[in-house]
Amino acid sequence: MRPRRITNKKTGRLRGNATSLLLIFITTAFLALFVLLPLAAVFAEAFRKGSEAYFASFNDRYALAAIRLTLLTAAIAVPMNVVFGVMAAWCIAKFEFPGKNILITLIDLPFAISPVIAGLIFVLAFGRQTALGGWLIEQDIKIIFAVPGIVLATIFVTFPFVARELIPLMQEQGTLEEEAAVSLGAGGWSVFWKVTLPNIKWALLYSVILCNARAMGEFGAVSVVSGHIRGVTNTIPLHVETLYAEYSYVSAFSVASLLAFLGLVTLVAKTILEWKTKRKDKR
Amino acid sequence: MNKKFQMTTLILVAAIGFPFVVSCTPKNGDADSAEGTPKVVKNVSLLNVSYDPTRELYVEFNDAFVKHYQKETGVNVDVKMSHGGSGKQARAVIDGAAADVVTLALAYDIDVIAEKAQLFPADWQKRLPDNSTPYTSTIVFLVRKGNPKKIATWDDLVKPGIQVITPNPKTSGGARWNYLAAWGHILKNELGGDLKKVNDPKFADAVKAAEEKAKEHLVALFKNVPVLDTGARGSTMTFVQREIGDVLLAWENEAVLAIKEFGTEKFDIVVPPISILAEPPVTVVDKVADKNGTREVAEAYLKFLYSKEGQEIAAKHFYRPRDKEIAAKYAGNFKEVELFSIDDVFGGWQKAQKLHFSDGGIFDQIYQPK
Repeated sequence: MRPRRITNKKTGRLRGNATSLLLIFITTAFLALFVLLPLAAVFAEAFRKGSEAYFASFNDRYALAAIRLTLLTAAIAVPMNVVFGVMAAWCIAKFEFPGKNILITLIDLPFAISPVIAGLIFVLAFGRQTALGGWLIEQDIKIIFAVPGIVLATIFVTFPFVARELIPLMQEQGTLEEEAAVSLGAGGWSVFWKVTLPNIKWALLYSVILCNARAMGEFGAVSVVSGHIRGVTNTIPLHVETLYAEYSYVSAFSVASLLAFLGLVTLVAKTILEWKTKRKDKR
Repeated sequence: MNKKFQMTTLILVAAIGFPFVVSCTPKNGDADSAEGTPKVVKNVSLLNVSYDPTRELYVEFNDAFVKHYQKETGVNVDVKMSHGGSGKQARAVIDGAAADVVTLALAYDIDVIAEKAQLFPADWQKRLPDNSTPYTSTIVFLVRKGNPKKIATWDDLVKPGIQVITPNPKTSGGARWNYLAAWGHILKNELGGDLKKVNDPKFADAVKAAEEKAKEHLVALFKNVPVLDTGARGSTMTFVQREIGDVLLAWENEAVLAIKEFGTEKFDIVVPPISILAEPPVTVVDKVADKNGTREVAEAYLKFLYSKEGQEIAAKHFYRPRDKEIAAKYAGNFKEVELFSIDDVFGGWQKAQKLHFSDGGIFDQIYQPK
């Protein structure tokens, strides 16, 4: 599709074609080498000893515990980020207030800092050596090296996904439709549900999918706060690392293929949604 | 349009939610296990925070202990494990990981927990026999098949063109044993083969000169180290899986395990003529165990390490057992090697750690990251 568009507009028809073909070839080769090949390798390694060994990897209490923990973490982190992300995007896109830029910067913070540092922040905040952490441990409330810490770290790392996706769209849409609704007597809630939300629903769904993929796949931040207790605080990515370190390659890659599969599902869903939004734009 | 949106959402929720429901459904085995036994089965969970290469040892040991304890007391124990570089694991316990017992690579890492978090008394090492060390080990070399670079002693590691793989002494216990073993070897050479001179004031000048030599030697050694992993297992992976390096400085048990996993046709073990007596100690974390009500189990767990059965499992995993009888039975597993102890040559872990591995210590002076 693209090369035709370029050649239609430009004069050098033949040269443009050759360059674009070359660029397409390089890009495809690059993607195949750095994306498709490793992905194929994951599945090849996972099935190296046959499908029986592959499925046996999941029939293990530690693998099941890791899957359960990952799903639980995503089930808490994603809805929370949806609620807060929509709220933040709504404030920023539809209202003017002092300190708005600071808020935007804060939302971007998790993107800007390394996940490992994000994890360390929670260790520094809730570790036994700090006043707060010491007190919490006295009360028998476990945050780090337990499930709450993993959920917190995941929320932190995935926080920008929803807000960042929605802000540009909502800014572009402006406040005209909302103003019209208000002038017709609609209250705040019904403006949000009947005007704002329908306008952003596809973008929202798109951000949820990305947010979910990252929440399930996060390694760095979670690794720092987890303590790597098998069957208790190992998420799927951490469990993969543990299996790999224990020379259980087939199991490691089988469980890793689960994450790769999630990635593929995310891609398909993303493509469908992009197609949807584009069709909507054309109307 | 709206309907389609709802459908898509529904499918997505179902796709994400389905595995969750499946994995949360209790398996039959869990519910049935209580059947048949008339008395109520008590369940206790125990967390053992350990260092990197003990993964396989504690899988087998935990199984044996659970059976043993069940028979003795009727209590069902669920032993949970966490593994990583020894220094890193100590840090986690200090920061709040709720370990009932710690089984780390060296005494200093446990000292630090006692000092910083005050979770057990500072003289913890006197509470169990043999310095609270149920098994010992030493440091050996793992080389590529046929030993193409002809590495035989610690002196060969500093030759130009040799790549040495060892973890980071700041985070790994094994790496600190590696470092100190190399240091001790140079001291012995420089002092005319007599390590006793280290503690003799008459030879203070000679010792000082020998230490300078050792420092030079380690500068050269670490120039040959292309990468420092955080734990022993990470380094093993670098050497055997990523095929980087000519020689891996490894725990004896870790080297043997690597050969068992990858086959004798790929690697050889070289035992240097002299090495260090590595003592990886164990202790109950009193405050955590008391809070969890697991002190009894935790103490029984560590005591079981010293039993014939526990010693035999350790020997099978190539940890040198303390028990004379078991040691004799498994003598074929372990090569004779001259061993010096940290107390004899370095005056104990506290001193060695401060001098060599603390911030600004000798290791910081000699190691320049590339």
